[in-house]
Amino acid sequence: MSAAEDVVTEAPAVEAVPKRAMTLGTGTSLVVLAALLIAPVFVKNFIIFQMTMLLIYGLAVLALNILTGGSGQFSLGQSAFYAVGAYTTAVLMEHFNINYALTLPIAGVVCFGFGFLFGQPALRLSGVYLALATFALATAMPQLLKLNFLEHWTGGVQGLVVTKPDAPFGLPMSQDMWLYYFTLVVVIAIYIFSVNLLRSRSGRAFMAIRDNEIAASAMGVDVALYKTLAFGVSAAITGIAGSLGAIAVQFVAPDSYTITLAISLFLGMVVGGVGWLPGSIIGAAFIIFVPNMAEGISKGLSGAVFGVLLFLVIYLVPHGARQVAILGQQLAGKLRKN
Amino acid sequence: MTAVRFQVAAISAALALCTAISSPALAQKKYDSGASDTEIKIGNIMPYSGPASAYAAIGKTEEAYFNKINAEGGINGRKIKFISYDDGYSPPKTVEQARKLVESDNVLLIFGSIGTSTNGAIRKYMNEKKVPQLFVASGASKWNDPRQYPWTMGWQPSYASEARIYAKYIMKAKPDGKIGVLYQNDDFGKDYLKGLKDGLGAKASMIVLEDGYDTSEPAIDEHVVKLKASGADVFISITTPKFAAQAIKKAAEINWHPVHIISNVSASVGGVLEPAGLEISQGILSASYTKDGSDPQWNADDGMKKFYKFLAQYDPKANKLDAGVVFGYAAAQTMVKVLQMCGDELTHENVMKQAAHLKDFEPDTLLPGIKINTAADNFAPIEQLQMMRFKGRKWELFGDIISSELGH
Repeated sequence: MSAAEDVVTEAPAVEAVPKRAMTLGTGTSLVVLAALLIAPVFVKNFIIFQMTMLLIYGLAVLALNILTGGSGQFSLGQSAFYAVGAYTTAVLMEHFNINYALTLPIAGVVCFGFGFLFGQPALRLSGVYLALATFALATAMPQLLKLNFLEHWTGGVQGLVVTKPDAPFGLPMSQDMWLYYFTLVVVIAIYIFSVNLLRSRSGRAFMAIRDNEIAASAMGVDVALYKTLAFGVSAAITGIAGSLGAIAVQFVAPDSYTITLAISLFLGMVVGGVGWLPGSIIGAAFIIFVPNMAEGISKGLSGAVFGVLLFLVIYLVPHGARQVAILGQQLAGKLRKN
Repeated sequence: MTAVRFQVAAISAALALCTAISSPALAQKKYDSGASDTEIKIGNIMPYSGPASAYAAIGKTEEAYFNKINAEGGINGRKIKFISYDDGYSPPKTVEQARKLVESDNVLLIFGSIGTSTNGAIRKYMNEKKVPQLFVASGASKWNDPRQYPWTMGWQPSYASEARIYAKYIMKAKPDGKIGVLYQNDDFGKDYLKGLKDGLGAKASMIVLEDGYDTSEPAIDEHVVKLKASGADVFISITTPKFAAQAIKKAAEINWHPVHIISNVSASVGGVLEPAGLEISQGILSASYTKDGSDPQWNADDGMKKFYKFLAQYDPKANKLDAGVVFGYAAAQTMVKVLQMCGDELTHENVMKQAAHLKDFEPDTLLPGIKINTAADNFAPIEQLQMMRFKGRKWELFGDIISSELGH
């Protein structure tokens, strides 16, 4: 137990991040927001689709960031929650004709329950053991989705095709653009919620548990409750990301939600900077675009090229995008003084 | 007056002649995005990375084949630009890559992408965009659905076609047989089982027991024992390699010697029959539609000579034992044939039209007598196979080429 604890506490992954350092300043936020709002007007539908996927993966990475960066718990099972969210939306839309927008909160609630329940064993496990337990969840999920008695709903191996929604009120925009703005609104709402959550009493409790569990419980934090709560919130957000993903991709199948997805999300979190929420989107960009770049460099060795790029990032900026941002800030400060 | 009239007649005749010469040429040169006077862009999505990367050999062979066509002058003077992306066998990535191909690279069509769920993920999109999704490399029978999905077409014989061929064989060779079926409980097994029942038609009562197993089961011994107890004397094993080998072993162990048919998926000598035991595998039946690149009986075959020459010249690193290489060659050849048939009218619509008008086309690496035929209501190019029996250390083809069409 203590050996594992040591490993975990030594790792930079759970390094204490002060809560103010978790977000961006108001000015920067507004610039980023404006860029996200305006960009789709100038690009092709395909790029808009990629940007939508960027936001969706960004949301899933953000969810993991709350869990790991906030409460210090590891998870390699995020793909399972993502899959549950995606399937909830797909089944509700295709079998029950429920409006896509309404399926999001339902998926969120379902995944919250699922994550909260799974958070129970998380109470007894920590560090690498917890990572392994969630890993098992991720590997089991694609097979569970293929189960016979679920096949009527899930479509089994064949998966389910999801209908893409048109823009409402006769707005003159393409389906892709509408979905992008819809996703953007959801993502911003969840981002604001997450920032406030981490600044609230609950957020402080999460961070106290992350920094020192014993001290936290001595201060009166209900460790069991807050640990499972962190799992629940993280699962709910991941589930909503999964729902959006199902609508954007227009298809769900067990093969879409394998352990590779969970590892990608984990990778995104590390590259973006653990515990730094804006880094989620940068991490998402890394997991979407860098494999494409690697493929462009060498098709046969795309995996190896990706590995080298990843290694360079981890070696040069071990704290990911957060480190780059801090360096940038310091540089700007120096320039201002001169 | 006569002179004038003659002149008018001459002019109009000349005009008529001119239009007769020029108008078809003008009318025929029609392009959709992805085609021009010099180039045809073909998109493709392959699992170069990830769990199914063994199939990437198909994509590499196809690329080499198009290189050969380009080196020989292209198709009607147009060079093929083959744009192949990696999806790691993950459906969301397939969607991203398909959209990139259609919306950013502006390909004329997407050809030969691999996988059932990956192609399933883009089928609706391709049909909405009305861009051909040709010769899907997957054995599911759902690609033959021209009414609902007129822009998607399969290529290889579907699992259902193969099963119908076994049904035909059994009805002929063992009309009073009792069939025991062991099937894998997933889309592959169910597709197959349905094909078998369709093939048997009114004689479906010949099946005395159908027993499903899940891939999560470590061993299927009990199922084999149950099938023997049912009194079946024909054993159809709709299994993937690991389970096919187990079934062969167990049947020998309990001294059950039915007419044993295994699916083409598991007809690998090195992967299934050798591990199960060559001696107990003698006499097992299966069916095939491609020539085996490692079988010396094809050394004198004209088609295979061309194939070996192609490999030596354009793809020397390819492993000719790999069934994917033989497969990719034949699929690329079919693609080239369709583009040649399109002439100068390289539109999405005409590509689909020509793909649905293949008549008795015989790629070099398919078994002699297997012909590709398509029609507006038949989007299943290959529907014939030939039975084969395992003898010594290799498969021996026997009997005629059997068509899987019902009622023939």
